Amino acid sequence: MTTRFFGAPVKRNEDKKLLAGQALFIDDVELPGMLHAAFLRSQVAHARINRIDASAALQRNGVVAVYTAKDLGAYWQPGPLLVPPPPVPGIVFNLRSHVPLAKDIVRCAGEPLAIVVAESRYIAEDALDDIAVDLESLPAVVDIEKALEKDAACVHADLGSNVAAHVHQSKGNYHSAAAKAHLTLRRRFRYEHGISSPIETRGVVAQWDGRAEHMTVWDTTQAPVFVRNVLAGVLGLGEGQVRVIAPFVGGGFGPKIMMLYPEEATLPWIAMRLNRPIKWIEDRYEHFVATTHERGQIHDAEIALTRDGRILGVKDVFLHDNGAYNPYGLTVPINSQCTLLGPYVIPAYDSTFTSVFTNLPIVTPYRGAGRQHGVFVIERLLDLAAHALDIDPAEIRRRNLIPKDAFPYQNQIIYQDFAPLEYDSGNYEPVLDKALEAIGYADFIANEQPKLRAQGRSVGISIACYVEGTGIGPYEGAKVQVRANGKVSVATGIGTQGQGHFTSFAQIVADQLGVDVTDVDIVTGDTDRFYWGAGTFASRGAVVAGNAVSEASQAVRKKALKLASDVFECAEEDLVLADGKVSIVGVPEKFIRLGELAQRANPMRGAVKPGTEPGLESTQYFGPPSGSTANGVHAAIIEVDPATYELKILKYVVVHDCGTVINPMILEGQIHGGVAQGIGNAFYEKLCFDEQGQLLNASLADYLLPTALEVPRMELDHTVTPSPLNPLGIKGAGEAGAIPVGPLFAQAIENALQLKQRKIELLEIPLSPSRVFELIQQASQEGNKT
Amino acid sequence: MQPDRHEIALSVNGTAYRREVEPRMLLSDFLRHELMLAGTHVGCEHGVCGACTILLDGIPVRSCLMLAVQSDGHELSTVEGLASEAGLHPVQQAMHEHHGLQCGYCTPGILMTMTAYLKENPSPSEEEVREALSGNICRCTGYQNIVDAMLAAAKAMRETAP
Repeated sequence: MTTRFFGAPVKRNEDKKLLAGQALFIDDVELPGMLHAAFLRSQVAHARINRIDASAALQRNGVVAVYTAKDLGAYWQPGPLLVPPPPVPGIVFNLRSHVPLAKDIVRCAGEPLAIVVAESRYIAEDALDDIAVDLESLPAVVDIEKALEKDAACVHADLGSNVAAHVHQSKGNYHSAAAKAHLTLRRRFRYEHGISSPIETRGVVAQWDGRAEHMTVWDTTQAPVFVRNVLAGVLGLGEGQVRVIAPFVGGGFGPKIMMLYPEEATLPWIAMRLNRPIKWIEDRYEHFVATTHERGQIHDAEIALTRDGRILGVKDVFLHDNGAYNPYGLTVPINSQCTLLGPYVIPAYDSTFTSVFTNLPIVTPYRGAGRQHGVFVIERLLDLAAHALDIDPAEIRRRNLIPKDAFPYQNQIIYQDFAPLEYDSGNYEPVLDKALEAIGYADFIANEQPKLRAQGRSVGISIACYVEGTGIGPYEGAKVQVRANGKVSVATGIGTQGQGHFTSFAQIVADQLGVDVTDVDIVTGDTDRFYWGAGTFASRGAVVAGNAVSEASQAVRKKALKLASDVFECAEEDLVLADGKVSIVGVPEKFIRLGELAQRANPMRGAVKPGTEPGLESTQYFGPPSGSTANGVHAAIIEVDPATYELKILKYVVVHDCGTVINPMILEGQIHGGVAQGIGNAFYEKLCFDEQGQLLNASLADYLLPTALEVPRMELDHTVTPSPLNPLGIKGAGEAGAIPVGPLFAQAIENALQLKQRKIELLEIPLSPSRVFELIQQASQEGNKT
Repeated sequence: MQPDRHEIALSVNGTAYRREVEPRMLLSDFLRHELMLAGTHVGCEHGVCGACTILLDGIPVRSCLMLAVQSDGHELSTVEGLASEAGLHPVQQAMHEHHGLQCGYCTPGILMTMTAYLKENPSPSEEEVREALSGNICRCTGYQNIVDAMLAAAKAMRETAP
């Protein structure tokens, strides 16, 4: 096999349609007789529902039906548990799953109360105002600390508290580690993550064919196979009667997975009742309250170190804002708990978290999925320790890196994939070295920074390390098929939201089958084209589906060579597969095209030999034993305006190791995009709620996303330490860019403004200019008092 | 004609259209669901994200902030009209070559904004490109490759300009 495409920066197959405006996105689905749905959402975060009267809405011209929870009858059921809690001894997990429409009690603003179905979206939205709703407000649970106080209101009254989960995990003995320490430091950290806010909101189109008894659902989901399975179950249909198609999806970043969102659960059911297709497209305001968030955690963390800065142990107790329901299990706080350990040798670790119900939208993974929170804590602790011990921040990190001969490195605690957290492979020090060199670390500190300070400029440097657990199971599959025209079709069950799967998977196939990368068509996210799978999340698409594609194309390659050896009556070793044909080595004019072999593999007459399967195709599955661990280092030079605290990123460096690279161009794009989201998170993206649980900044004019003016040019480099857990040696990369930006910002701002010397510590994210101003004001006022 | 509907006549990408519309219909909805030109995407419906940008008599406008009736008598251009028989527009081609799109949802708005901008300023600096691009939000790419694509497209168009 030659590797013409694998590893090369191949231009993307999917671009042409997207650039021409011809790709099918959810709102482009137009069906004859299609109705439109709009959802009436609660404007109150916590309330008892006394009455919903839709009679006036039903009188409006063009309104076809209105449904409340009562109208759903027996179909009204809480959703399933998407990810069960991991098998940690002593774990407490109180499942309270979300419901299709609120019944009796509303638990967050934005929770749907009723659905209007009408001839147009305009009419459906008009009719929402016709519905009379009588809600009796209850005290809202918003603050995660107050939520645990004795007299706090309960989000779920039957539970008697707001504890959604309680998990303790440990390795070694922190108590005895701390007893031996030269230095222990304890701080409180707050980390807020925001909303993924893809530019395409969510949408669902459901079409029921009564004669065929078949349901087709177009859905912006990242996990079409799961949605198909759950929908078939709740609708009382067989899986074969339900087809879920995730068309081109305009960004996902995690929140486009739920089992099921209320709109996914109800539209197909209504389509069956009305026997007409129905469309619902989320608007941006709805997106802020109807799509899941990631939000805040409060960590009380302590680190114990030797005199020379070696970590002896870390103890962390944290609270996690779970929102009103917990159908997604514990993925986010477990990721925080595990990823805090980072690329460092931490012999003793004692971590406890409490996941807290609040009257706020549900929290599920958003790019990074809780990893940011953990990375912020350990990176900030190391910065504080470096200052206390008078060690350079880069040096204290270097001293604690896991050495390259220690892999696989066993961290003992249980990860989100239920397997013990074991780093499969890694070589961390060269990554740090490359980043320090690229940012010009030593020279900046020795020469550049003093010069800039002499000019009155406040410019700081920072460096942050992280690991990312990627590519978790259970499995994905792929079907590779050579068509009679010699082109190759590939189908896999994952969805795609811009990751370049149409190209990276084609690269894998093209090399195996000796065809051009543009002759490979990829289908993702259509459950009628591929039946099995899990979905696109946790940086797993390339790792898990990519390896399945590789296995299937190798099987097809074997089949093609076997068939051709029969045709030419020669040994397979004497054959070469290239340029879309199989030829005899050294006799290029003696060849047979792949398309012809595909036809011969499906003969009209004659006997097929026992043990052979028709067609030049194969379906294969791949499931890794556990996730593979990628790692990286980000470094930045940031200038702060000492009057306004406005930031300007002067230089940004990412050095990253995600094992074998399929397409460096696509990989760089993933990193760029991740860093941009990390900058938004670190700098100003914050969901601001008032004490009643109202989201105060639910528009893109108020919740700011980074623009081309805020995201700097990035310098990227990488090292390659292949994963031993999959044949291609790949580790995931989708979330890497977003993970360490918070601590990088905090460190750079402290360094730029020389805050450590002024005893001011930045222990929270986001750090908008106004927040930095407040923190510095507060600190100087406190300083004046003492 | 029903009393609450208005007849409008406009051209989109050189094709003339005459339609009856409700006065409140958004131009973005009209293009997408009445003329079936679904390449123009809707991201926020409040004029911030820029995904729905089209050209109205050559000037970039947000089609979610206009009513269809306001387009009466005007010449519109959308992403569907960018490529020609000869192939992709240089700005489209550069986006492909520089990996300037991932999910592609914001792309039509960016293409419309930037084709108009590069006509106005054929030799922009990187800072100028970033400024021109700053009204279009992309959540996938981090902008760097889009900026590179625009600088390359500007160069390509300068080189082939008569």
